Amino acid sequence: MKYIYYPGCSLKSTGKLYEESLLAVFDALDIKYEELNDWNCCGATAYMAVDEKKAFVLAARNIALAEEQLKDEAEVNIVAPCSACYMILLKTQKFLEENPEDMAVIKAALKESGLDYKAKAKIRHPLDVFLNDIGEQEIAKRITKPLKGIRVASYYGCQTVRPYSTFDDQRNPVTMDRLFKAAGAEIVDWSMKTRCCGASLTGTIQEVALPLSYIILHEAKKRRADVVTTACSLCQFNLECYQTNIDKKFKTDTKIDVIYFTQLLGLALGLEPKKLGINRLFAQPENLFRIIEGGKPVYV
Amino acid sequence: MDKKSVFAESFALDNAAKDIVEIRRRIKYESELDKGFRDKIAKSAHGEKLYGCIQCGTCSAACPVSHYMDYTPRKIIQMVREGFKEEVLTSSTVWLCASCYACSVECPKGIKITDVMYALKRESILGNYYPKKSPASILANNFFNQVLNNGRNSEGPLLIKMYLKTNPFMLFKNMALGFKLWVRGRISLKTEKIKDKKSLKRLLQSVEDKSNYKAKVHSPALKEASAV
Repeated sequence: MKYIYYPGCSLKSTGKLYEESLLAVFDALDIKYEELNDWNCCGATAYMAVDEKKAFVLAARNIALAEEQLKDEAEVNIVAPCSACYMILLKTQKFLEENPEDMAVIKAALKESGLDYKAKAKIRHPLDVFLNDIGEQEIAKRITKPLKGIRVASYYGCQTVRPYSTFDDQRNPVTMDRLFKAAGAEIVDWSMKTRCCGASLTGTIQEVALPLSYIILHEAKKRRADVVTTACSLCQFNLECYQTNIDKKFKTDTKIDVIYFTQLLGLALGLEPKKLGINRLFAQPENLFRIIEGGKPVYV
Repeated sequence: MDKKSVFAESFALDNAAKDIVEIRRRIKYESELDKGFRDKIAKSAHGEKLYGCIQCGTCSAACPVSHYMDYTPRKIIQMVREGFKEEVLTSSTVWLCASCYACSVECPKGIKITDVMYALKRESILGNYYPKKSPASILANNFFNQVLNNGRNSEGPLLIKMYLKTNPFMLFKNMALGFKLWVRGRISLKTEKIKDKKSLKRLLQSVEDKSNYKAKVHSPALKEASAV
């Protein structure tokens, strides 16, 4: 089976390391994929705040493009790694299903552009693909560098499982935990899994956003996590890049490695750190390297 | 309602007294409420369930930013239902909502509160109520225009534009962070574009024509934002 990979805008810029690690893990697990041709913005959060109907059109165009690109396959699966893209594609499908009038308008408009919206494509999150299409056992077999002794705090962010989650629980998601358990890691039990990181408020109203990120980092430290793994480019950016600002503001030490779950999975699969975009992180996860190589972590 | 007019209407105080204490009517007369507001928002948010709110406050408790808001989500819902249009649309609440959907998931009556917030954001832009210097609304407007013109969003130019329009000092403050990202190839000043820009624009226009709604691009608020 072939997947359509829909990167979205952030995986091409601040989330570049997410893209690199995701595709490297796809290759390592023999997952076949094609990038969506001439994809456009998904119509995410900020767009919906201005014009909802157009946001739905943007998402529908991407889905129609994917259906066109894989027209010979029996099933069209779109992998959307960015949680905002994932959520908006799901939302659009659901909205058009419930509102046939809008469906007719958008379908007709797409037809003028030579596209056919069949509403058949499945929207998938990489976690969903790894767990339900590949399976924990298969992944466990391919682990060459088990994450023995690494305490992983899995952080999903809000829009990965809310509000239309199709593959995990909305309040206490467990897919990432299962994945890293299969990779040999120790799982941190915590309640911050789906708490908001502040999202785009870090760029706009920082006074409100920084405390939100602080709460998450503080809790991860308190629970003695070695690493926080995220599944969203905005979460990773907020939790990693604002650590110095947060420490300054709250006079604490929140230094902790915040990496994409695909990066940690890639390390466990024995992939080169450079291939996983680890060099693009603000701080190198030295302790992770040490533990993976069988040594002891050093805490400063 | 305008603060000044209430003031003038309520009490005839001399100027000296006005400086010391501001006296204003805290309740609204029924005739001052916007009766159609509730239905308009319910329609725009695709949620007649709004009418069934039991005011339990679960949304405010679930909201991670409710303690920064002018009015908590529970209050906003009630104010929408009563027709406090201006208070709602000029409040900080709608622009502080980070769309995390915690409220929507927890609401025992199944009200899509996040979608109500989106509807209020749109209404606030349409009616030119949005805070002109608030980065959150400027960001939304600039994002909209960027995608309309190029099909994609370019994070670098988007943020720079937003800071220039709202608080250039922030641009200076975030320079170090921007540089760190740039060195690691995580941000660029290039504007991202799709190949088939023309057909995307046509597509958006066609939907607008077909569904007979006046697009928000024509609102003065958006024109102003796109002129930056």
